[in-house]
Amino acid sequence: MNLHEYQAKELLQSAGVEVPRGAVAFSPDQAVYAATEIGGWHWAVKAQVHAGARGKAGGIKLCRTYGEVRDAAENMLGKRLVTHQTGPEGKPVQRVYIEAADKIDREFYLGYVLDRKEERIRVIASREGGMEIEQIAAEKPDALIQVTVEPAVGLLPFQAREIAFGLGLNIKQVQRATQTILGAYRAFRDADATMLEINPLVLMHDERVIALDAKMVVDDNALFRQRAIEGMRDPSQDDPREAQAAEHSLNYVGLDGTIGCIVNGAGLAMATMDVIKYAGGEPANFLDVGGGASPERVATAFRLVLSDSRVQSILVNIFAGINRCDWVAQGVVQAAHETKIDVPLIVRLAGTNVEAGRRILAESGLPLITADTLSDAADKAVKAARQRLQ
Amino acid sequence: MSILIDKSSRILIQGFTGDKGSFHGKEMQDYAGNVVGGVTPGKGGRTHLGLPVFDTVRDAVSATGANASITFVAPPFCADAIMEAATAGLRLVCAITDGIPAQDMMRVKRYLRRFPRERRTLLVGPNCAGIISPGRAMLGIMPPHIYLPGNVGIVSRSGTLGYEAASQLMALGIGVSTSVGIGGDPINGSSFLDHLALFEQDPETHAVLMIGEIGGAQEAEAAAWIKAHMTKPVVGYVAGLTAPKGRRMGHAGAIISGAGDSAAEKAEIMSFYGLTVAPSAGELGSTVAGLLGRKRQAA
Repeated sequence: MNLHEYQAKELLQSAGVEVPRGAVAFSPDQAVYAATEIGGWHWAVKAQVHAGARGKAGGIKLCRTYGEVRDAAENMLGKRLVTHQTGPEGKPVQRVYIEAADKIDREFYLGYVLDRKEERIRVIASREGGMEIEQIAAEKPDALIQVTVEPAVGLLPFQAREIAFGLGLNIKQVQRATQTILGAYRAFRDADATMLEINPLVLMHDERVIALDAKMVVDDNALFRQRAIEGMRDPSQDDPREAQAAEHSLNYVGLDGTIGCIVNGAGLAMATMDVIKYAGGEPANFLDVGGGASPERVATAFRLVLSDSRVQSILVNIFAGINRCDWVAQGVVQAAHETKIDVPLIVRLAGTNVEAGRRILAESGLPLITADTLSDAADKAVKAARQRLQ
Repeated sequence: MSILIDKSSRILIQGFTGDKGSFHGKEMQDYAGNVVGGVTPGKGGRTHLGLPVFDTVRDAVSATGANASITFVAPPFCADAIMEAATAGLRLVCAITDGIPAQDMMRVKRYLRRFPRERRTLLVGPNCAGIISPGRAMLGIMPPHIYLPGNVGIVSRSGTLGYEAASQLMALGIGVSTSVGIGGDPINGSSFLDHLALFEQDPETHAVLMIGEIGGAQEAEAAAWIKAHMTKPVVGYVAGLTAPKGRRMGHAGAIISGAGDSAAEKAEIMSFYGLTVAPSAGELGSTVAGLLGRKRQAA
């Protein structure tokens, strides 16, 4: 689950990391009020969206007067911000963050990731603040300072000091940066994060060390024990179909092809998309209905797939293990009757009770195209979609 | 022979009295009759499905002589259950549970390394379909009738794609020595490499089918190891060629977040290290059959 910048900063601040004074605003009036409360003479107005690279896209505005704050907030709120990380459709801006903007001396990169290969948390830092980490890694790999955290003891002060000295700070600054690096680690650990990026981490003119931007991703599997963070969810940032799918605990990812997919199991769902491509078509979505493909879930899956107007045919591919084919077939028939499917429907069933399942489909009177194998099903789905487009 | 489990396995079910533990416990018992009991804290002393229930894994092991467990324990408590099983001396633990926090798995992996190698637990999963040695034993949730006993080893991150592979092989009259699901999470108990090493040692396994997917470096590591150490032919496949970057595809671990994570890159690495890569998930069985045919001709 992605967090907004201001939410990540709340978590960082409560873990002892210094962040600029700031407040979130949902309207231009609130933005101006926030600026007066924050005080000072310069403010940054920052669009809160679940994507990076906001600066270049006009999502961050430096303001010198309340009038400029109002204008900036007005220009951002209610619009969609398109950055090179959002895709062409962009992300809706429903809230802006107003922040005191003070004089910066130097900028650094500080990141925390769950390293799958090491099976540990890895801390990455660089003197090249503001740049994207992929770019630093590609252009200046030697500029990366990296330490891995031993899970039994956590990030140790000497490791944080090594990072801080590596950034070229003097001893007074190192002491402050060490607190920041350790604090951010605690925030990462306590939030069950999988990624935390402070980019840039800045050294101010008055030698304070501040997290100027923050991006945080929290492990979905840990939300059961992160109720407060769960409450920070902002569904406006998700694709509406994906949000709807998530409500029914279905996994849906929208793509831009013409063949809708309804599959059980994540691996088989990915493979089904690939086989469609291999057969010359383009998949419209990833959709895993999960192990217990009950009639209700199958019906919801059909509604989701059909809400994509590009879909020209639907391929249902179920390899029944625990859930039996006859049961899945009943679900398909019921869903087909309930949801008025106006595109060709290709069904491939395999596994437990497959004969009974096929019989139910055949006797349903529905205009289904059945297929025996994965390749056969993909070929038929691609052909059906092509015929409709001609 | 087979790897990991056979007729001599004595299976314990953690989370025995719940719906999933009961359903799959019965399936496993019907298949091979080697389930010896289960654990549900607070229900010790009862009998479930005709088998004894224990409060702790330690009690269960000393009473039954169990040497493997399968856990259906809910995500918040599963890491604890795995570490309990390891401490009770079980050398093989299979975690079916989907949804264990990554930081819990980090702790589990660290904990398992505390034990000396000769007493260390091999964890399969989590978020996997488990293990089956057809005709011998099942420590998993797969439909057993799609597996023909035979000589091809299967190791797969995905459960249903592993089923797909087994049934394609069966349709071609090809059987399986053991099929292992290593799971779809970012941190796995055991990797492709761990199981490939076991298949290499198993005289009954003549070839291996390795089914990967997007995310992580496991497939690449395994491919390099195969090139250096494996004498048996390996067919590789990677799901997610059409998966967009940065999106989680169902499995917690199936996400392209950096270099080497994509299916195209992994397939290329597999080819580079001499694996035969199946061109499509519809051709898993036929690719294995082709390879076995060539091998037979060569011999």
